[in-house]
Amino acid sequence: MEAAAAAAAAAGGGCGSGPPPLLLSEGEQQCYSELFARCAGAAGGGPGPGAPEASRVAPGTVTAAAGPVADLFRASQLPAETLHQITELCGAKRVGYFGPTQFYVALKLIAAAQSGLPVRIESIKCELPLPRFMMSKNDGEIRFGNPAELHGTKVQIPYLTTEKNSFKRMDDEDKQQETQSPTMSPLASPPSSPPHYQRVPLSHGYSKLRSSAEQMHPAPYEARQPLVQPEGSSSGGPGTKPLRHQTSLIRSFSVERELQDNSSYLDEPWRITEEQREYYVNQFRSLQPDPSSFISGSVAKNFFTKSKLSIPELSYIWELSDADCDGALTLPEFCAAFHLIVARKNGYPLPEGLPPTLQPEYLQAAFPKPKWDCQLFDSYSESLPANQQPRDLNRMEPTQDVTGDDKQVLKSTVNEALPKDVSEDPATPKDSNSLKARPRSRSYSSTSIEEAMKRGEDPPTPPPRPQKTHSRASSLDLNKVFQPSVPATKSGLLPPPPALPPRPCPSQSEQVLEAELPPQLSRAPSQAAESSPSKKDVPYSQPPSKPIRRKFRPENQATENQEPSTVASGPASAATVKPHPTVQKQSSKQKKAIQTAIRKNKEANAVLARLNSELQQQLKEVHQERIALENQLEQLRPVTVL
Amino acid sequence: MAVCVAVIAKENYPLYIRSTLTENELKFHYMVHTSLDVVDEKISAMGKALVDQRELYLGLLYPTEDYKVYGYVTNSKVKFVMVVDSSNTALRDNEIRSMFRKLHNSYTDVMCNPFYNPGDRIQSRAFDNMVTSMMIQVC
Repeated sequence: MEAAAAAAAAAGGGCGSGPPPLLLSEGEQQCYSELFARCAGAAGGGPGPGAPEASRVAPGTVTAAAGPVADLFRASQLPAETLHQITELCGAKRVGYFGPTQFYVALKLIAAAQSGLPVRIESIKCELPLPRFMMSKNDGEIRFGNPAELHGTKVQIPYLTTEKNSFKRMDDEDKQQETQSPTMSPLASPPSSPPHYQRVPLSHGYSKLRSSAEQMHPAPYEARQPLVQPEGSSSGGPGTKPLRHQTSLIRSFSVERELQDNSSYLDEPWRITEEQREYYVNQFRSLQPDPSSFISGSVAKNFFTKSKLSIPELSYIWELSDADCDGALTLPEFCAAFHLIVARKNGYPLPEGLPPTLQPEYLQAAFPKPKWDCQLFDSYSESLPANQQPRDLNRMEPTQDVTGDDKQVLKSTVNEALPKDVSEDPATPKDSNSLKARPRSRSYSSTSIEEAMKRGEDPPTPPPRPQKTHSRASSLDLNKVFQPSVPATKSGLLPPPPALPPRPCPSQSEQVLEAELPPQLSRAPSQAAESSPSKKDVPYSQPPSKPIRRKFRPENQATENQEPSTVASGPASAATVKPHPTVQKQSSKQKKAIQTAIRKNKEANAVLARLNSELQQQLKEVHQERIALENQLEQLRPVTVL
Repeated sequence: MAVCVAVIAKENYPLYIRSTLTENELKFHYMVHTSLDVVDEKISAMGKALVDQRELYLGLLYPTEDYKVYGYVTNSKVKFVMVVDSSNTALRDNEIRSMFRKLHNSYTDVMCNPFYNPGDRIQSRAFDNMVTSMMIQVC
């Protein structure tokens, strides 16, 4: 602020033919810079704290918009003519906009005018009291130049204009109803004072306006309350003040101090008002439609980077606002972060710790939004598991990707267990609650989630047991398929070791399969594609598809077996064919699970068999080479022996 | 208690280093640097062993006349090195472990901040506060 004022003073000097250099006292500096920031901020541009350094600035960057400036000037209650003079003198008319210099000069002139001095350049050279603005919130405090209170006014920036209009209305009413008895207000105050404190009143500067206005004209608060709902809450607060409205300004100031102490007035800049809250909530919604869910760190980072604060500051704001340090922002955390950013942009130094009014619990309690009034309270606790579940599922997914193919294969079986996810829910919220409570075993919690997933995957496999008895359909179909190997099928219940099925059967089945192959080969390509999804959809497959799949499975395995057989590894193919008939008798789900395992084993076997055959060939070749070399050696040896 | 605390990245450059004694700070930096060799030795010795909480804590790396140096490594090969004063009545191992655990927790919090790029110097006030609390616990 001082730097800005000093720069303004320098800028004032740099203006040349403009107003003479301003000498501002510290209180004036603070007051003016804040007023300027407010007026400029109300324009929607938000020049930021460092803006008023340039003397000649491009229009649109550091200018105070004419509207709020005009309002402010009118609030000084000077005649219009005087205001015109002031505007001319300060040079705004000349340059066409209200830069910082012009603004400061204008404020000084207003102070001069209010003190009764003529509106001249010379008048601003002397020490003047601060200008008084009846309409603004700076009333009273500015006179005492208390910077701490001024902070409270800053919060109002986003909706300054609307409130000023309402101010005007109320002030008119004030003037009209001068003789309002103070007794009426206290009646209004008790019921409204609890909401006054609970619902985060508007900045106390606002309430101070009320009180100071009251000293002149007791306000018809009841009339005002229906005007704007948020104002109604704070009007109850000032309602308590008229009890002492007879006192001087100073005393009311001290009274307000008491009230503010009660309502932790030092946190005023950190209180979020209703309108601000709505704005934050809308922004939250734009990022994340579900108001009770989280914003991830990267999304929030992109969003907050737009505020053009420096990265270290943003990092610090994040540290403050992410209370549970989970890398994501809930709605109250987001509001706190947003509020800190807004405050920082308006020049407030960031606090050392998160102010109590920005704590998530406080924000939750203070703002039961009408839209999700109960939701925020009730559903926040209820939806915590639900919210954490999607979050944890999101977290789980990356971990699942990491854990590899096994999980994916099991996942496909888990898909079947979709209705059984409900059983997983108790597991995951517990895990998520532990995450939320930060027992500091993040790696462990992720592993526990994996375990939960594993546990969740187990249920699909056991249930098929009762279906064993109902495997009529499957066994019928299978019997059709594996007619030649009927004796083998009838013998097996559980998959016996591959050695059990009689030897001739595999050869028979192999021959049968080979016979089947030619007619089926044509169908193989078309249905091989189906077989792979059918393998994945094993849980989903209905009985009719099973025989098809079984046909293809032997077919596929037969094709696999063909290759090793061509490489002359008969026993391997026989071994792969052996489990076939034994599997048929299994219940559907067990069969499928077992068949997938069998298929894998068979594929592995085929690969190994191929490898084996190749190695055997190599061995043969090496043998031949050895023989050739030995021959050579013998041929050569008689020569040396001799 | 801790006279110097350092957080060292996987590539063995410091992410954060702070000492209580402002004079002769270089000596502590040097000690931390030399202790990295010991840390690497211990890590490679651990090798294929399952990495669990206990083995994240490396224990006493090496004692000197005045100071003792303790080490701790995380799963992502970020090392915490702590130099404590030998003149302090011997700190129990558990205390050192708890201090490292706190360090690890704070480091995780720093990581969670999306505005923190892994590999940057740590400039978190919360982290600083925690380290300060560790340093002035007894001193």
